[in-house]
Amino acid sequence: MGERYDAIVVGAGHNGLVCSALLAKAGKNVLVLEANEQVGGAAVTREFADGYSVSACAHLLYQLQPEVRKELKLAPTLSSEDMTTIALAEKGKHVRLTWNTVAGVSDADVASYRRFKKRMMRFADLLRKYLNKAPPRLGTKDMKDLVTLGQLGFDIRRLGKQEMREFLRLIGMNIYDELDERFESPLLKGALSLDAVLGTHLGPRSPNTVMTYLYRLAGDHGRAAIPKGGMGSVSDELAHEARVSGATIRTQMPVKRIIVENGRVTGVETEDGERFDSYTVISNADPKRTVMGLVGARHVETGFARRIHHLRSKGNAAKLHLALDGLPIIEGLSKKDFAERLVIAPDEHYVERAFNPAKYGESSPNPVIEMTFPSFRDQTLAPTGKHVLSAVVQYAPYDLKGGWNKEARETFRQAVIDTISNYAPDIEQRITASELLTPVDIEREFHITGGHWHHGELTLDQFLFVRPVSGAAQYRMPLDGLYLCGAGAHPGGGVSGAAGRNAARAILGREKAA
Amino acid sequence: MKSQAVHQGRLKTPFYSRLAALDTVNEWHQWKGYSSADSLFCEDIEYFAIRNATAVFDLTPMTKYRITGPDSLDYLNRLVTRDMAKIRPGRVAYAVWCDDQGQVIDDGTIFHLRDGEYRLCSQERHFAWLKTAAIGFDVTIRHETEDVAALAVQGPTSFSVLKTMGLEGLEELKPFGLTHLKFQGTELMVSRTGFTGDLGYELWIDPDKAEALWDALFEAGKLFGIRAIGTHALELARIEAGFLAAYMDFLPADETVRTGVSRSPLELGLEWLVDFKKPNFNGRRALAEEKRNGSTWQLVKLDIEGNKPAHHSYIFGNEKANKGQIGFVTSAAWSPVCKQNIALGTVRTPYGKPGSSVWVEIYYQREMHWNRKMAKATVVDKPFWFPPRRSATPPAPY
Amino acid sequence: MKTYDAIVVGAGHNGLTNAAFLARAGLDVVCVEKNDYIGGAAVSRNLYKDWWYSNCSYVCSLLRPEIYRALELHKHGLQVTPYGGSVTFMENGDYYGSYQDAEVSYREMARFSRHDADAYKTYSADTMRQCRFIRDFLLSTAPDPTSFKPSDIKELIRIGGKFLDMGEDRMYETIRFWTMSVAEYLDEYFETDVIKAAFSGSGIIGTALGIHSPGTAYVLLHHYMGEVDGNVGSWGFARGGMGAVSNSIAGAFQAAGGELRTEAGVDRIIVKNGKTAGVALENGDEISAPVVVSAMDVKRTFLNCMDKDDLPESFYKRVENFKIRGSSGKLNIALDGLPTFPALPEGSSLYHSDMHFIDSMERMERAYDDWKDGTWSRDPYVDMLIPTLNDPTMAPPGKHFMSCFVQYCPYQVEGRAWTSEERDAFGATVIDQIARYSPDFKDLILHVEIRTPQDIEAEIGITEGNIFHGELTMDQLLFNRPVPGYAQYRGPVDGLYLCGSSTHPGGGVMAAPGANAAREILSDLKRRNTVPENFGDD
Repeated sequence: MGERYDAIVVGAGHNGLVCSALLAKAGKNVLVLEANEQVGGAAVTREFADGYSVSACAHLLYQLQPEVRKELKLAPTLSSEDMTTIALAEKGKHVRLTWNTVAGVSDADVASYRRFKKRMMRFADLLRKYLNKAPPRLGTKDMKDLVTLGQLGFDIRRLGKQEMREFLRLIGMNIYDELDERFESPLLKGALSLDAVLGTHLGPRSPNTVMTYLYRLAGDHGRAAIPKGGMGSVSDELAHEARVSGATIRTQMPVKRIIVENGRVTGVETEDGERFDSYTVISNADPKRTVMGLVGARHVETGFARRIHHLRSKGNAAKLHLALDGLPIIEGLSKKDFAERLVIAPDEHYVERAFNPAKYGESSPNPVIEMTFPSFRDQTLAPTGKHVLSAVVQYAPYDLKGGWNKEARETFRQAVIDTISNYAPDIEQRITASELLTPVDIEREFHITGGHWHHGELTLDQFLFVRPVSGAAQYRMPLDGLYLCGAGAHPGGGVSGAAGRNAARAILGREKAA
Repeated sequence: MKSQAVHQGRLKTPFYSRLAALDTVNEWHQWKGYSSADSLFCEDIEYFAIRNATAVFDLTPMTKYRITGPDSLDYLNRLVTRDMAKIRPGRVAYAVWCDDQGQVIDDGTIFHLRDGEYRLCSQERHFAWLKTAAIGFDVTIRHETEDVAALAVQGPTSFSVLKTMGLEGLEELKPFGLTHLKFQGTELMVSRTGFTGDLGYELWIDPDKAEALWDALFEAGKLFGIRAIGTHALELARIEAGFLAAYMDFLPADETVRTGVSRSPLELGLEWLVDFKKPNFNGRRALAEEKRNGSTWQLVKLDIEGNKPAHHSYIFGNEKANKGQIGFVTSAAWSPVCKQNIALGTVRTPYGKPGSSVWVEIYYQREMHWNRKMAKATVVDKPFWFPPRRSATPPAPY
Repeated sequence: MKTYDAIVVGAGHNGLTNAAFLARAGLDVVCVEKNDYIGGAAVSRNLYKDWWYSNCSYVCSLLRPEIYRALELHKHGLQVTPYGGSVTFMENGDYYGSYQDAEVSYREMARFSRHDADAYKTYSADTMRQCRFIRDFLLSTAPDPTSFKPSDIKELIRIGGKFLDMGEDRMYETIRFWTMSVAEYLDEYFETDVIKAAFSGSGIIGTALGIHSPGTAYVLLHHYMGEVDGNVGSWGFARGGMGAVSNSIAGAFQAAGGELRTEAGVDRIIVKNGKTAGVALENGDEISAPVVVSAMDVKRTFLNCMDKDDLPESFYKRVENFKIRGSSGKLNIALDGLPTFPALPEGSSLYHSDMHFIDSMERMERAYDDWKDGTWSRDPYVDMLIPTLNDPTMAPPGKHFMSCFVQYCPYQVEGRAWTSEERDAFGATVIDQIARYSPDFKDLILHVEIRTPQDIEAEIGITEGNIFHGELTMDQLLFNRPVPGYAQYRGPVDGLYLCGSSTHPGGGVMAAPGANAAREILSDLKRRNTVPENFGDD
């Protein structure tokens, strides 16, 4: 039997790396085991065609929590930052949104947008505070839980009577009605709708989409950036920090199972049969994979397994990567605009209609698209003069009727390219290679059940006290020694590092209390 | 597809024709959709058939599941609180299973029919829970209530009846043992189990052979005082034996609405069924915590002074009933064989220690007028009725 | 000119309930109604020969038994006869039925799935627990969480206490229940599509949401509440149609000395010196009273019947943005005889039950997609009943009245008014759907009244004809209903109150908003409370 580690982290996704770095900094002897060749999980840069590289999953950085940056001294080099969102119009009359201003719309909309964002950012800041804490347990007599709950109540009250009422009203609402009340411009409403539904199984008319919108703002208020070298560079920086702090990271070490003996976790076993011992195993994998796959449902309670079984975690977001022999022509865009974030969501109905088929296991014939040209300011990603288009496209439901066979993939890929062609007519001629990652591919390559961004739908019934499911919301699973530190845990996905940091703090805090 | 109309009204068990032929009082109730007799002739005489001769009770409506597959043992061990690894093929285990909070969902008997093949038999239906519990196990669970006809053959002469009927080898069958025999070319499973606390067997057979089995049984039983009985007589016997009944002494936890109305096995006096040393089982964490911190409730067997049954009575900690109610009676009866006024009840801890006294408030009617009496009761820890013949192997040939 | 103590605007069941409780406290109350008949949406109307249609609301499940008892409605002619069960016809020729007898229902469910049949008891217990949790709030005013008033804090603590009492696990389940969609909620219990489809209808009736929309699980409760009370007859038909409910409450009101005026539509509510002074009728008459209670929906009250200048701007804006959406229509049909449904056995009890014709979750949700696109569902969710099988008073002997509640049906078609061709096409959609399962149905039709949300609005006055006077989404429930800060029945002007379904606890023929408002008004006037309390638990 080998060395006993203080903690083993399964999966070197960005949350796993944050968690292990913080544990290592606290003096723990940490081993990180990663299945893939690269660290980073869904935050990786990968070559998808000869000479062309791209952030394979997450491609924009907008939520990395300041606490994580500070504690791990992260300072990723950015090729684009504070990006403008350009909501594309077919005739070139695009609408441009920054984090607090909008252009290309009526004066009334400009003023409304300022008010809207001001309020949303205020609520997002309130939310952010709690994204960086373990959610309290309800009904316990634990002082810490009571204090956090009291604080939450106090913080909501401190918004003032008017704003508190507004917060309580909005939190369960859909973004569609909220936008309809405020704005005239279809493009503006479309772009904001898109922000609310990206990465979810929701349409703008679904209640709960105000919350998902706030979640997106709960970082840099929605200011997006592209790291130089792709998202993988952030992961590499994190891995470096973890290693420097004393953690051991081993790649190409897929974990077969988490070992349970006498009702507690005692270590892990890799696919190759190698065994590593630790009384603390922290899973960066999604909750379903962790419980059903790695631990085995038999080692947890039936009701708990049932909840995990019913956890909604089927993704709808696909990634499309195009290798281009040059930048496409888009009417109304200047060259430097290619450094920005371009979205195709002409109006809120369009977004809703794109969602409709997803409910029935069909892909959108008219998808919504968020695209970037990361190579525009970063020559490392494509040969000189050539470019990479990285797009998040919705809706491509994981459970496609008939499955994601070759034909289905081609249909969807073509739908996306046709949609882009409406704005960039020459796009098709510029393509020299392409790659479509459906949620099924994301599941296979990144080992995320259902290929869901957030490892689990980000809705109020899977949020805060009940994320991923009740009985495991404080990073600690109902099996001694097992913890969760990935996006499936509170607060959710996005390259924020919050889950990993909160998990590390929960583990260290628990040790202190013991 | 043509629509299929569901059967309206009550179902008949495969023994219905035989029961109906013996029935003189026409008192039936509904049990899981089936007609089940309260009584067929005279409750008292039916009761004494249990204690004095041989009583036959149709338990076909009992819910039955067949559990097979490579993981069947592991599955059951995760499901129930006792260690099923100790139950070898040919043995039967009384067991309880709990939800995540360690609250009892139901109790039942698990028959280890053959290596890795089990039958779980319970009063309530649990297919949804059993299927949920099977997530992550390679097992097959089949609902087989309608596929198996079952009779309880209980009482001191039951062994002789079965022997006379020509069933071989029952001499060696110990309590909680089972054996596979042949009856008219069909497999007949006989288990030495029952709900009466007396010598007795349960017979399990293909429904097609049910009537033939009944006829052979009653033919053989003629000289041994065999008698078909209804639920009322059985109910009295089970209270004497100190057995629990769902919806009487506890509620299935997954059907409760209010907080605090379910019970843990520790609270039901079933700690002997909880094996903390075996691998993980459902409710283990909660039960371990309850064991550390103490339980809220305690099931008690009460020996009550006087002879007026304490149906639905409040239980108090002292005679004046001014210190508040500490619990209530869940099952009560006057025991004809023990000549004791007995009851099962539930009280708040720390009340309910064996040997301690509590008071029950009894209401009884005499010629239309209601009377109230505070009766002292002693908490006892043994079943009220536990005759040596219950476990004697081989059984005496009465 | 006579001055009343209070004017109640609108003689729907809530207006009448409110008026009755005020009159019982000794106030001099007049209830004014724009139509020449009373009842609002709880009416029995004679629109064809000797048929009486419950032409809006059609079943009586939610009427609070406390109110029934306090107003002695049985003495004023109300009798509710129970009915039960439901059937969902399937495209494959089969059907799924639910029956009064629990064992038969069990066997029927087991015909599709043993798992589902056994899961039902857990589903029932879990849903019942949520019903019990909110039932307590029905006959009480929603506390304002932003307030520091002792009564609000006390009520918040009471709710908190009830919540804590559930225990940790069930608290989480409650949070989830209140936020999830009915489809997801059902998915956690059942595996059979038709069973889920049959249950899911209750999660969307009267709302502009689909079964997959978060928050719809909660709507289930609005339809389960009647069952939970456990009082026999709480789910049923009002003998003589739903008008019997309004008429009996009106009887109680008049017995207490109240005055009813029909054909007295209110033009506006008069405000003088920042105080409510009375109402001006459409015919030019004025009635004065220091208290005006509006049973109209919140939009109609403030946007149509008041001067904008009398109202705070932010309040006005909130009312404008209040969501009250036409999402359902109604067909009332006079039949020459009982239609047959060949899939059912002859004489089946299911003829007496709710009938549905959508057998899958996908069809349920697709019906909603049509509505989002601004049109009526091509394959709608229909809740169909034949009340005359239970109540012989609504049609001549041997003839029948059929009530079809239809969802989804938009207020406007693609943003413009309905044409009569479209109304007919909508009616034909429903009739065709039913005829697919009943070949003789069409031949038996004598008369059809087709009601789109637009028609309902025009006749009854409810904005967009929404049966709940406003969406039952989280942002419009409890202390948010109708407008945050104005959830306690008091309007923004002194002496002005709301008592319709736009207020807590919302719609359905529950009469709770009317009663709750009366309690608040009587408290403001320092009068004796005549409104009963919840029967309470157990």
